[in-house]
Amino acid sequence: MQGYIYPNEFELQWSLLIVLYPYITGLVAGAFILASLERVFNVKEVQPTYRLALLTALAFLLVAPLPLQAHLGHPERSYEIFLTPNRKSAMAMFGFVYAWYLTVVLLLEIWFEYRKDMVLWAREAVGWRRWLYYGLTLGATDLSDPSLKFDDAAGRWITVIGIPSAFLLHGYVGFIFGSVKANPWWSSVLMPVVFLFSAIVSGIALVLILYVVISLFRSRPVDMRCLDKLASFLFYAMIVDVSLEMLDFVHRLYESEESIDILSQMIESRLFISLIVLQLVLGTLIPLGFLGVFSPALHRGLARGSDELRRLIYLMSAVLVEIGIFSIRWNVVIGGQLFSKSLRGLTVYKVELLGLEGLATTLVLLALPFVILWVLVKVLPPWEEPAGLRRLDGV
Amino acid sequence: MTRDEEPSVAPADDPRPTPAVDRRRFVEDALKACAAGCPLILAVMRLPAAAAQRPAGEAAYDPAEHLYGMGIDIQKCIGCGRCVAACKAENDVPLDGYHFNTWVERYVIDEDGDVTVDSPNGGFDGFPPPAAESEIRRTFFVPKLCNHCANPPCVQVCPVGATFSTPDGVVLVDEQYCIGCRYCIQACPYGARWFHPTKHVAAKCTLCYHRLVKGLVPACVEVCPTGARIFGEVEQRPTPLARFMRMNDVQVLKPHLNTRPKVYYANLDGEVR
Ligand code: SF4
Ligand code: SF4
Repeated sequence: MQGYIYPNEFELQWSLLIVLYPYITGLVAGAFILASLERVFNVKEVQPTYRLALLTALAFLLVAPLPLQAHLGHPERSYEIFLTPNRKSAMAMFGFVYAWYLTVVLLLEIWFEYRKDMVLWAREAVGWRRWLYYGLTLGATDLSDPSLKFDDAAGRWITVIGIPSAFLLHGYVGFIFGSVKANPWWSSVLMPVVFLFSAIVSGIALVLILYVVISLFRSRPVDMRCLDKLASFLFYAMIVDVSLEMLDFVHRLYESEESIDILSQMIESRLFISLIVLQLVLGTLIPLGFLGVFSPALHRGLARGSDELRRLIYLMSAVLVEIGIFSIRWNVVIGGQLFSKSLRGLTVYKVELLGLEGLATTLVLLALPFVILWVLVKVLPPWEEPAGLRRLDGV
Repeated sequence: MTRDEEPSVAPADDPRPTPAVDRRRFVEDALKACAAGCPLILAVMRLPAAAAQRPAGEAAYDPAEHLYGMGIDIQKCIGCGRCVAACKAENDVPLDGYHFNTWVERYVIDEDGDVTVDSPNGGFDGFPPPAAESEIRRTFFVPKLCNHCANPPCVQVCPVGATFSTPDGVVLVDEQYCIGCRYCIQACPYGARWFHPTKHVAAKCTLCYHRLVKGLVPACVEVCPTGARIFGEVEQRPTPLARFMRMNDVQVLKPHLNTRPKVYYANLDGEVR
């Protein structure tokens, strides 16, 4: 502690788990928006990651409410948010935005996308798998031309609705923080927009990592055209994201409100590692530099490098980007609680190791989506498995 | 007396010799003082004695008839911390140094204009002499509590409506209903809320609502030896608060946030946030 803080401010209220929540929803929104690119704007190159991105979004979305739930003082009362929401509260809308996104957007889109395959798998499989796939089709087993066309059209429409929904999902998370006028570090109209673009960045980076790593494990070749495209998208999204954050930063400096002194003190001391080192240098500047040089985003790539080298550089940059985005969430959530609202002092946050809100829980919650994704990928393989299917198609 | 002449340390007649006074004994003392002061203050308050004693007072209480607020005269506060102790005893607030419905801050402004603020243990034990390196220009105590804002951000953000404003202008938390998300604690600009370590719900000053409905004043008001805390109705009624607001230039904390506080300070220094 340093300076004066209100006595009630000794305890930080929102812990590591609340850092996780915007991080995970960001990944959901980002992965979905990437998938939508292929669908709506017909970006053929990223097609190999389309289904993977959808399943990734679903896996992370299923985990998104868990850190919130675990953090509540009375988790057993959380259903009250649905029963008696306070319509003036930004947080009360979480349940509705979440339910809308999960059921209307993601599940429906995945269902239409996979229906044909599920029917085929159901015909091919034996035993319980047969019943599983049959159950998943919900009995809609018609594979006639008009019905397949309908699947496609429906999928497209859902994506069109899905894009603003993904914006809503994550912009809304930004609003939860941005609308707290009591907190000068949070209170900003740019917050939802910054959240959104950092979400897109993190989503693209995640799908890129997953695609490379999964291909490695399946010992399949990585489609370099796809990877180059992903890397370029990542680069563009980062440029927008960085510009927005710079705008926010310059705006704060220029307005120089009464909070500016304590906030600069906080950045120089408490947030130095997480903001300057991790977020800015490691998470932004270095990957931006690498992507700018090696990806075809600028002028077909300044330096071309072998496929092998580019793959490595993209992978490394994407990992750095993920670390950077996690630091952004940390700097927002924890940073917003490190200075006193008296603007006279700073406090400290020590992450506990065990315990419900500790590091262990966080790691488990971070690992969980990957487990879910593994199951999803087993049940709904996101890549073309030509052999068996082609045989069936030919029948 | 101008503010420059005000004592810069806790007054010599402070009954507690050291800050390390036995807390339990002190709370007992405070309660005794509270009991002793009760009739006196009530007389001053000109509350009808019947209202104060009426056992079934709650039945007759009509919240729509009231709009409560509090006045604080900074020049009168001597930083004895009795209000802090009385509040903790009255409202069952944990006796540690991190949970307060009300606390007292001390501002010490030296010759260079540098401001030092402290609130050791929320002012519960009074204040040790300031560790002033240069000459003190002026110093004063500022009691703080929930402002029972008329436009309360804490109520706005609560996802389930567990935090609410009563018709008589008090902001309360329903602890049977609060889900413990702590959004309200983040939204309060004054640090007036805390999280109950065993009940796992948001907690805060209730203006001693359980006493108000019986026609009593809040515990902190009752024990204040100098009358620095003034309780009453905000709107033109012949109560001490109305008189206080007529006689003084009153200000509220952080007015730019438009929370419209109902705790009014007289003689507030610009350094206070
Ligand atoms: S002071 Fe804080 S807790 Fe009290 S009503 Fe205002 S915002 Fe709410
Ligand atoms: S902690 Fe309780 S009172 Fe505060 S916002 Fe959450 S549910 Fe409402």
